[in-house]
Amino acid sequence: MLDIPGRRGFLRVGAASMIGLTLGDWFRAKAQSVSAAKAKSVIQLWMAGGPTQTDTWDPKPNAGEDFTGPLRRTLATGVAGMVVGELLPLCAKQADKYTIIRSMTHGNHAHETAAYIMQTGSMPTAELVYPALGAIVALKKGANSTLPPYITLTNPLGRFSEAGFLGNGSKTFAPGGDPNNANFRVQGLVPPRGMTEQRINERRGLLKSVDALASQADRQQVYREMDEFQQKAYGLILGDARKAFDLSLEKDTVRERYGRNQFGQSCLLARRLVEAGVPFITINDGGWDTHKNNFEAMRRKLPIQDQGLSALLEDLAQRGLLPETVVTWYGEFGRTPRVVNEAPWFGGRHHWASAFSAVVAGGGFKGGQVVGSTDARGETVRDRPVYPWDLSASIYKLLGIDPHGKLPHPQGCVAYVSPRSLQSGGLLTEIM
Amino acid sequence: MRFSAARRASRLVTLLLLPRFAIPPAYSAPKVRLISIQAAPGDFVLAGKWASQRIVVTGKSADGRLHDVTAQTQFKISNRRVAAVSKSGLVTPVADGGAFVELSALGKKEKLHVTVKGSREGTAAFLTEVRPMLSTLGCNSVQCHGAARGKGGLRLSLFGGDAESDFEALTKAEGGRRVNRVEPRESLVYLKSTGGLGHAAMAGAREAEILLTWLETGALWSSKENARIVDLKVYPDSRSLQKGETQRLLATAMFSDGQVRDVTADATYFTRDAKIASVTKDGLVKAEDSGDAVIVATYQRKSAVLLARIPQAGPKPFPAPDGGGRIDALVYQKLNAMGVPPSDIASDEVFLRRIYLDVIGLLPSAEEARAFLAKPDRARLVDELLARDEFNDFWSLKWGDLLRIKSEYPVRVWPKAVAVYYQWVHDSLQANKPYDQFARELLTATGSNFRVGPANFVRAVPSKDPRTLGETTALVFMGQRIGCSRCHAHPQESWTLDDDLGLGAFFARVNYKATQEWKEEIVYTDFRGTLRHPRTRAVVEPRFPGAAAAVKVAAEEDPRGQLAAWLTSPENPYFAKAIVNRIWYWLLGRGIIHEPDDLRPGNPPVNPELLTYLESELIGHKYYLRHIYRIILNSRTYQRASEPNEWNARDTTLFSHYTVRRLGAEQMLDAISQVTETSEKFRSIIPEPFSNWPANFRATQISDGNTECNFLDLFGRPPRDTPYEAERNSDVTLKQALYLLNSEQLEGKLATSPRLKQLLAKSDGDLLDEIYLSSLARFPTAEEKQRLSAYLGARKAARPQAVQDVVWALLNSKEFEFNH
Repeated sequence: MLDIPGRRGFLRVGAASMIGLTLGDWFRAKAQSVSAAKAKSVIQLWMAGGPTQTDTWDPKPNAGEDFTGPLRRTLATGVAGMVVGELLPLCAKQADKYTIIRSMTHGNHAHETAAYIMQTGSMPTAELVYPALGAIVALKKGANSTLPPYITLTNPLGRFSEAGFLGNGSKTFAPGGDPNNANFRVQGLVPPRGMTEQRINERRGLLKSVDALASQADRQQVYREMDEFQQKAYGLILGDARKAFDLSLEKDTVRERYGRNQFGQSCLLARRLVEAGVPFITINDGGWDTHKNNFEAMRRKLPIQDQGLSALLEDLAQRGLLPETVVTWYGEFGRTPRVVNEAPWFGGRHHWASAFSAVVAGGGFKGGQVVGSTDARGETVRDRPVYPWDLSASIYKLLGIDPHGKLPHPQGCVAYVSPRSLQSGGLLTEIM
Repeated sequence: MRFSAARRASRLVTLLLLPRFAIPPAYSAPKVRLISIQAAPGDFVLAGKWASQRIVVTGKSADGRLHDVTAQTQFKISNRRVAAVSKSGLVTPVADGGAFVELSALGKKEKLHVTVKGSREGTAAFLTEVRPMLSTLGCNSVQCHGAARGKGGLRLSLFGGDAESDFEALTKAEGGRRVNRVEPRESLVYLKSTGGLGHAAMAGAREAEILLTWLETGALWSSKENARIVDLKVYPDSRSLQKGETQRLLATAMFSDGQVRDVTADATYFTRDAKIASVTKDGLVKAEDSGDAVIVATYQRKSAVLLARIPQAGPKPFPAPDGGGRIDALVYQKLNAMGVPPSDIASDEVFLRRIYLDVIGLLPSAEEARAFLAKPDRARLVDELLARDEFNDFWSLKWGDLLRIKSEYPVRVWPKAVAVYYQWVHDSLQANKPYDQFARELLTATGSNFRVGPANFVRAVPSKDPRTLGETTALVFMGQRIGCSRCHAHPQESWTLDDDLGLGAFFARVNYKATQEWKEEIVYTDFRGTLRHPRTRAVVEPRFPGAAAAVKVAAEEDPRGQLAAWLTSPENPYFAKAIVNRIWYWLLGRGIIHEPDDLRPGNPPVNPELLTYLESELIGHKYYLRHIYRIILNSRTYQRASEPNEWNARDTTLFSHYTVRRLGAEQMLDAISQVTETSEKFRSIIPEPFSNWPANFRATQISDGNTECNFLDLFGRPPRDTPYEAERNSDVTLKQALYLLNSEQLEGKLATSPRLKQLLAKSDGDLLDEIYLSSLARFPTAEEKQRLSAYLGARKAARPQAVQDVVWALLNSKEFEFNH
């Protein structure tokens, strides 16, 4: 694809030329910024439904019981001055590895629209349906990946088309199933149950003998393409790629450390996929839409998150992968800091998009930092607002993807990686 | 005539109907013997100091062929005090008066008279001199000031789509700082374009002089009473070229004040396929390879086209026509002219499988295949399939793609609306509703979207504003991408923002109101509704695309009625053409105009006579679409083999052989289910309420594009985000190969197939017949039977698995996965 600097790129040249930078300088600077990519992969932990910020990363113990509910304690972390909610003890110990952004904001309280905004880093418009971060990263960084470059563990969101205008070719590869299940297999890569290597090879020979149109392959390009893909597919099926998905190759102690549940094992699988060179993996976790009985849900869900996330960060760091792997944890928005105690909610929290938290780690993001803050109750951003497009553009930047670069559009419309200059808090330069 | 495009189209048709010249064995430019020469533009006038005229000389050889002999021509002027002529034939003024340009080429002579007027008057106006420079110098390109935000503070409309706003940007914006009327040489426009103030030097000496004159004479919009360009002509506009041959172009602009100018140097040129013909920026065309070349010349938003036919040296003698009807005769004519002989007629087996897939989206069952092969009556099969209810299912699916029938956020076409909308489309197909009526109902419907199916036409759009509705109408019913002009004018075409707005204004009175029922909406006519121009904020009057004047709308009228009447009138230049071309594309895999939703002068039909014939058939048969299906399906052109012969393997556009296509997503899933007699469970859980389809429902029966199905996504069903045909992706991919070769799902279908279990009891021979008939619509050959019997025979102990292996192999064969 032709990578013409985007309009904002040019605007910046315009501004730069005022301080004496020539176009040549700018192109050199741009070339450097691309080669200076720190991150190779992204693991996105997506908390569908919108997780509460005040019970997790932005606790407000002094706001009173109307706000804290029964979760009144906070935990000190290994980093001075950085506290987290009482249900995250393991993550508290890994605080040097991640940054908490407490000032995320976009103001849209509907699941679908908010998920679109957070996943694409753009506001909905009539003209273009934007691709999600993963589709763009796959497009820009996935050329050499033998495995699919955009993998979802294990079920897609379905609320919007992740590929957007990039089309079906950029859709995420979502194998389905539960990696914690002993029978977990990835369709296509791992042979079906009971299929021996011998039978695979016999079938391959059989296919060759019944392929009556093979003789026309020299004159029909589509036939040639199909032959090539079948050959490549056999390379994967009989080769190493399937091993990336095979969790039985991990030691039991490692599997225990991540937690024997779907989320934990998905995190472990994501680490294996990063090792196999997959540029974007998203783990979709649900059940965060806690209008009712929020605290029971938190007591059930947070220990799983605490174990999985802390294990993932620790493991990546131990293997030297954390500096080149971005890990993110957030949902489409946060939840009302004030607890809704009346019927029928009985201690629930509703949608809250004015201020919520996100966690970022690795791939060039610093650890042990807190970006922004909220008011005493956690209801509004007090300083340093971070908009979804600030976060996504920062991630692109770390991956060496020019946020002002162009995307291919099927009808030739002009579209950019990071679409619009909306209200912005700027790139997360303080932690990059 | 009312429509400029119709004029263009009819001109194209006339040109192509001109007698065709025979093809000499090989091109030999220098040695042709000419019987006459002719020079374009004929006698001419040079008016004004900067006027110039190129001359293009055409020689006719004894075989009737035409050759560009400009390069072999000597030019002389009879009076050097009046005009000068260069070696290449460029005439420039010296002083007022008259003279002759004398030409001689390869022994033939000709002369043209030139009149020089106003040779001392250097006038320059924005419209006639400055504006074309913005395009030729590249100022309004996307890399420069044509970018969406402009550049360096100056924003010009992309490709010069909006002359008035460009004039304002240069002369009035920011307090008119770019123009210095007291010291014209100090104007920013002049300084920057000539390389001052750190801007790259864009203008040469001639451009700089013109620009300065414009500034000195007051930077006016136009020199005479608002002259505007009315037409552009290119010479020649049709030509047969030999590979390697070159052709000079002459572009001539006509203005409303009667001026006629040579704008060859100022026009921009574009070739549709540089591998077939290339064109330089001065308009020199070179035939690079055999094929149909289209060269578009553009000047000030007007386009003119050269259609160049570059035949290949085909077989001698060229095979005679093998019969057939009018369609075949027209296709043959073109193939003959291009030296591309057609393939043979496909076997009954291939035809059978193909027509089932193309017409009803399904494979023939083993019984159906047996019955047809025993008594192969092709015309009867065509009639039978067109009458089957699966036809309505399959074509409702296609229309669902075009009309974006799916439940979705945030547009909020709710499952109930989807069901009603789909049912209306299905009923319309079942009732064989004439296509003009179908379109009129869609365009003019009002009422509840939960009760009136077609009322959803104005709801199933990405945004419910009048312009989007107008653009959708143009795309779906006219095959026109008028919506591009929302962001920019098309570089080679004439649709502008005003056309887009004028069309949108027909929908300005469409409004929506909620009811007590959740997500129900009433579509109604709101007589106060208006569309405002995004820049001037003036109310836009409804205007048909390309028409000069707005239509009159009564105070209490829904203007959509007028739009529908105009669109569906037999004289409309877009409506019938777009749908017959779509049907051709659907059945043959490639449009006569391709893409089928990109109809424009710069993308002409590969066979205009064929397209005109189909249009007249549709109009003559009261817009019954099944008639068009029937005549195409009964043609030899449709029934040809996909296997190319030694001459036509490279042809992808002339319909010399059937285009091989991978089965569409829904066809593929249904085909696998048919062979195995298994079924899929389809459901849609977003948005609520959940929709569940009954077991045994086929993929080609799915009404809601939002229905979840990984298989369909993997095989490229369209997401129905837009009505573009290209949304459906039938490319072969690695993931598909993995799925078909190695997935639990396909294995599950094979292992649980009740049909394969039943067949186990049969003898190997009978079993193989059944499997081949149901998957490939043919009997196995003796050799295949022998080989597969041996495979089964060696695995008697595991016969169920061995049979699954055989079916698995067939499902993975090209013969199964492609419609061929």
